[in-house]
Amino acid sequence: MSVIEARGLRKAYGTTIALDGINLRVEEGRILGLIGPNGAGKSTALNAILGLTQYQGELRVLGRDPWKERDQLMRDVCFISDVAVLPRWMQVSQALDYVAGVHPRFDRPKAEGFLAKTDIKRASKIRELSKGMVTQLHLALVMAIDARLLVLDEPTLGLDLLYRKQFYDSLLNDYFDRSRTIVVTTHQVEDVQHVLTDLMFINRGRIALACSMEEAESRFLEVTVRPEQLAAARALKPIHESQVLGRTIMLFDHADRQQLTALGELHTPSIADLFVAVMGDQARQTQGAAR
Amino acid sequence: MNTPSNAIPRSSFEPQAAAPAVMTAPRPFYWSVRRELSEYRSIYIAPLAAAGVVLVGFLIATLGRALTLPNPVDRLAVLEGPFDFAMGLILGTAFIVAIFYLLDTLYGERRDRSILFWKSLPVSDLTTVLSKATVGIVILPLLGFAITVATQLIMLLLSTAVVHASGLDVTTLWNKVALFQTSLGLLYHIVTVHMLWYAPLYGWLLLVSAWARRAPFLWALLPPFAIGVLEKIALNTSHFTNLLKYRFMGSPESPHLAVSHDSFAMFLGSPGLWIGLIITAGFFAAAVRLRRDRDPL
Repeated sequence: MSVIEARGLRKAYGTTIALDGINLRVEEGRILGLIGPNGAGKSTALNAILGLTQYQGELRVLGRDPWKERDQLMRDVCFISDVAVLPRWMQVSQALDYVAGVHPRFDRPKAEGFLAKTDIKRASKIRELSKGMVTQLHLALVMAIDARLLVLDEPTLGLDLLYRKQFYDSLLNDYFDRSRTIVVTTHQVEDVQHVLTDLMFINRGRIALACSMEEAESRFLEVTVRPEQLAAARALKPIHESQVLGRTIMLFDHADRQQLTALGELHTPSIADLFVAVMGDQARQTQGAAR
Repeated sequence: MNTPSNAIPRSSFEPQAAAPAVMTAPRPFYWSVRRELSEYRSIYIAPLAAAGVVLVGFLIATLGRALTLPNPVDRLAVLEGPFDFAMGLILGTAFIVAIFYLLDTLYGERRDRSILFWKSLPVSDLTTVLSKATVGIVILPLLGFAITVATQLIMLLLSTAVVHASGLDVTTLWNKVALFQTSLGLLYHIVTVHMLWYAPLYGWLLLVSAWARRAPFLWALLPPFAIGVLEKIALNTSHFTNLLKYRFMGSPESPHLAVSHDSFAMFLGSPGLWIGLIITAGFFAAAVRLRRDRDPL
């Protein structure tokens, strides 16, 4: 059974189509990055998966209908959303008490263990914590829950580089194993470059690219084309061409490595490079449109 | 994995020091009620403050005045006066807190987006709405009742001391105040009127709280007012307004302080009660649905 399975997932807000019939399948043990410009439909997709919004089409998360069975589903699913949503009036100790009280799979000593590595005091109110600390606290709570699916919607927004690195490090070292699944959306793609196992670009409610990271690495090649090879390179139909410091860089999909070697220096493109190449023009247009 | 899972000392802030490794069965309703009480601390602070005001006033004004009166019989009259006032102030405060609490609770969690956190836990919308309703409809009135009785008890003890010092018979005072009987009557009044008869009001407030995108207070008042005005203009009748008046300003059918089997049976048999409760259930169901559906503000 797939962890997430969607067929023809659709959601419209009035005349605005947020999700335009998405097909999606996430298997156990994967870390999927859902990448897209603002207003692309990422959050809508996650909200549908979490049972926070109604949708059309077919959607199963761990075999359940998230809209109808949210409370049951939340025994096996955790999420951290893009805004710091921990209730500001709560004390850290109260948050621990509450989650321990309502969640059957919450391991309080484990959460206390995570918190012990931070500067967060048990008696502090959440409103007194810095944004980085609130995220640390939320992560400590979530990582102490023995869930099968963890959904992260812009979890590191507004955090400095150190907190961001720490966030993904602890996620990989202290939480992730092959029986868990993580879905993450972020604009800080360089942070998740080496975290993801699967990649999905989403734009205007549609999936623009979906593949595993291994597949992406073998499929896409970036070439710094030597000036005399420009015409030959263009003949191979690069999906994107850009000028950097007077040099021409082209990105190829499904091209023959042998052939490309003749044109210039080869690199593996980063997620950011791919993002720009695959979505470049589309993305810029959508950025202007309201969410 | 280098998790020092038991390296830290147990914090002293935990109210129930259960064995750390044991995961107890989840009690979503209990914990939902508890978190309401820690979020809205005015639920117990406000009635307690009202009780404090009553007691200070009683000490300074009533006891002080009673002691200056030369005639012991006059003293007695002064002393028994403020008992009803204490009840009115404390229960009135609890009632006002309940109104504001129910109006804010489902709106507030959307406004500060904490709803996303609550919804990330395995607690159903029904449990959440019921826990909030329980806090407003059951816990607050009962808390008001308990604080009222405690306050009156303190007042009675103080009065007894004064009366005794004046050389009068304390039984006269005790017979007049009759704390036990009035408390029973008060409890009856709270359960029948404040909880059951007024239930549609609380249901309506919760519904508005779940529905409003802004200004829930205004939305709670405007529709009933508008319906009344429209009816007056369109049909030149006031059925709706009269209905509200009948419900909230008392009526022959609405129960009074008197505790008797007859009046209680009459109350339970009145269709008005059951219609009100059915409407309340409808309001609750709508609030549950809205909580599931509404996005954070």
